[in-house]
Amino acid sequence: MKLMWFHLMPYTELPDDFREKNPSVWVDIHSSLFDPRRAHHMYNDFMDELEFAAECGFDAICVNEHHNNGYGLMPSPNLIASALARRTTDTALCVLGNSLALYNPPTRVAEEFAMIDVISGGRLIAGFPVGTPMDTCFAYGQNPSVLRERYLEAHDLVVKAWTEPETFAWNGRFNQQRYVNIWPRPVQKPRPPIWIPGGGSVETWRWCAQMDHVYCYLSYFGYKAGQTTMTGFWEEMKRLGKEPNPYQAGFLQTVGVAETREEAYKLYREPAEYFYGRCLHIDARFANPPGYTSEATLRSGVQGMVSRAAEAASAPPKYADKFATLAREMDGIVDKGYVIIGSPDEVAEQLREVAKNLNVGHLMTLLQFGNMKKDVANYNTQLFAEKVMPQLKDVFSEWEDRWWPQPMPRAERAAPASFQPTALAAD
Amino acid sequence: MAEPESFTVELNGFSSRIWKAGSGPKLGFIAGFGGLPRWIPFLDALAKERTIIVPSLPGFPGGERGHTVLDNHLDWVLATHLLLHKAGLDGADLAGSSVGGSLAAEVAAIWASSVRRLALIAPFGLFDDKEPATDPWAQRAPDVPGLLCADPARWEALKAVPEGHNDPEWPIEQTRASEAAARIFWPLGNTKLEKRLPLIEAPTLLLWGEEDRIMPRSYADKFAHGISGKTEIKTIPGAGHLAELDQPDAVAQAILAWTAQP
Repeated sequence: MKLMWFHLMPYTELPDDFREKNPSVWVDIHSSLFDPRRAHHMYNDFMDELEFAAECGFDAICVNEHHNNGYGLMPSPNLIASALARRTTDTALCVLGNSLALYNPPTRVAEEFAMIDVISGGRLIAGFPVGTPMDTCFAYGQNPSVLRERYLEAHDLVVKAWTEPETFAWNGRFNQQRYVNIWPRPVQKPRPPIWIPGGGSVETWRWCAQMDHVYCYLSYFGYKAGQTTMTGFWEEMKRLGKEPNPYQAGFLQTVGVAETREEAYKLYREPAEYFYGRCLHIDARFANPPGYTSEATLRSGVQGMVSRAAEAASAPPKYADKFATLAREMDGIVDKGYVIIGSPDEVAEQLREVAKNLNVGHLMTLLQFGNMKKDVANYNTQLFAEKVMPQLKDVFSEWEDRWWPQPMPRAERAAPASFQPTALAAD
Repeated sequence: MAEPESFTVELNGFSSRIWKAGSGPKLGFIAGFGGLPRWIPFLDALAKERTIIVPSLPGFPGGERGHTVLDNHLDWVLATHLLLHKAGLDGADLAGSSVGGSLAAEVAAIWASSVRRLALIAPFGLFDDKEPATDPWAQRAPDVPGLLCADPARWEALKAVPEGHNDPEWPIEQTRASEAAARIFWPLGNTKLEKRLPLIEAPTLLLWGEEDRIMPRSYADKFAHGISGKTEIKTIPGAGHLAELDQPDAVAQAILAWTAQP
């Protein structure tokens, strides 16, 4: 299986009383909490951590897109990915991703992703989330009633822009362009692999299955909460007669590894409580803009509550419910499986179980979370790479990963000039 | 409470419910935020003197999923005009509340002869940076009734699942109504209606709930200032944004008096 290293880039210095004094970490978080001079160090630490993960041998490093967000400082993950393309060699660059409906025209995404793919010699994984309500409908003012249709059209436009050799006109419902002809074109042919981070909607499962894209569930609530969603995806795949190749799925899991479980508990308690307490403090006002959730998905939920009241507790919760009942203290965080902690052997055993139970071949690990400092993040990363990763590499070896980047042969790739900042710091 | 006559008309491939009650000269009403999942006392009060005709806008209760084919404001305005025509309201007096009030104003502006006298209850369509209207969609569910009505129980009564009704479609229909409003007015409620207000020549009554917590009272002055026809502003004590729910008789009396004039 593939072990991937995901960074959310959380602002690490939200005050202790953040939850008491602020309604939300997202959308209307106050600018006075943001110190750009401190963020300068955060960004550079975060990029160091991503580069370190690449050096440690993770299969991919992953970045994502959020707006007006105190726990995600990447309005443009493409900026980070392009910098990483220069400072890494063989690691896949997973941008998970660009919320297509936010770009006008969406060919901007086709262009920027093609740039990253070309600069990196074909190492890009192209992620296309619809985007959360907070990012899309509130921060970016997109209309929730047409968001999904815009997204789907933009997807088709981007794929065609990557693959159609001739200049073409796009006469869409939402986008019209007379001359679509992007330069550069991606290295990977016919196009970079497309991964779709999604929630628990039936339409998204079906669409991923039909399009042959990877379906990813980026849960902050761990494997226990993820089971229902991933089971839903695989059931839909089965219904459509598709093979259950675990590499057609991705899953995000927060992990803290140390020499012993007790040590891990001590070491990761503060960053975990920071993440679940402060970073996921989201105002329910922004969770459910009308139309964001499709009627089919609402209908399955509503009927579920009527007809399967007994199962309601284990059904995938909506944002609002989820955040209201969130565990914010370490015991709950660990008990509910939000964060997997333990010794390398314990973590490896749990992750093997998670991968098998969810049938997920792409495990995205969140090894920096909350206000975790760089030295701790690097310790977590290195210990994971040295002692956990080798125990998991063989899982799913019987399957082919058809959704992994196909870079240019190494010998044909450029070698970026070495960078020695100390030599330039003469002044 | 009188049982209205109910029939449907076809609009862009979807059906729209039309309610009709009372007798006398025709008076149209386009409902506000949330639409009309049930008949309300306000309509009974109007039906005492007039033939009240209530078409359902696409996506609002009675309007099926007709909103899903309306992609821009021109689509919405054309659909509203066609709906009023099919409801038999050409040239009649017209009242509209909230989101429906905005579309009633559009029709009166663009097809001047299609509306005789106009009554608008706290219509959407404008936005003032200095006094922003409340965002009706970024709300916690328990806060919504108190934002839309002075008496939250009025909104709750409008939206309550009918007794003995076990249809899971009911809550979905209510969410759809909110989505349809969002489809027209997201994110600010500003459809640049201001540019078209001077085209409105119909005498226009502007009704505003004194306790409107969505649309600031100053917006009434902007409407009155922009509209070419004669205007009058009347505030309704004890009423919120959907004044017709809070004070059905007072709002109905004001509209009846206004539209009784030649």
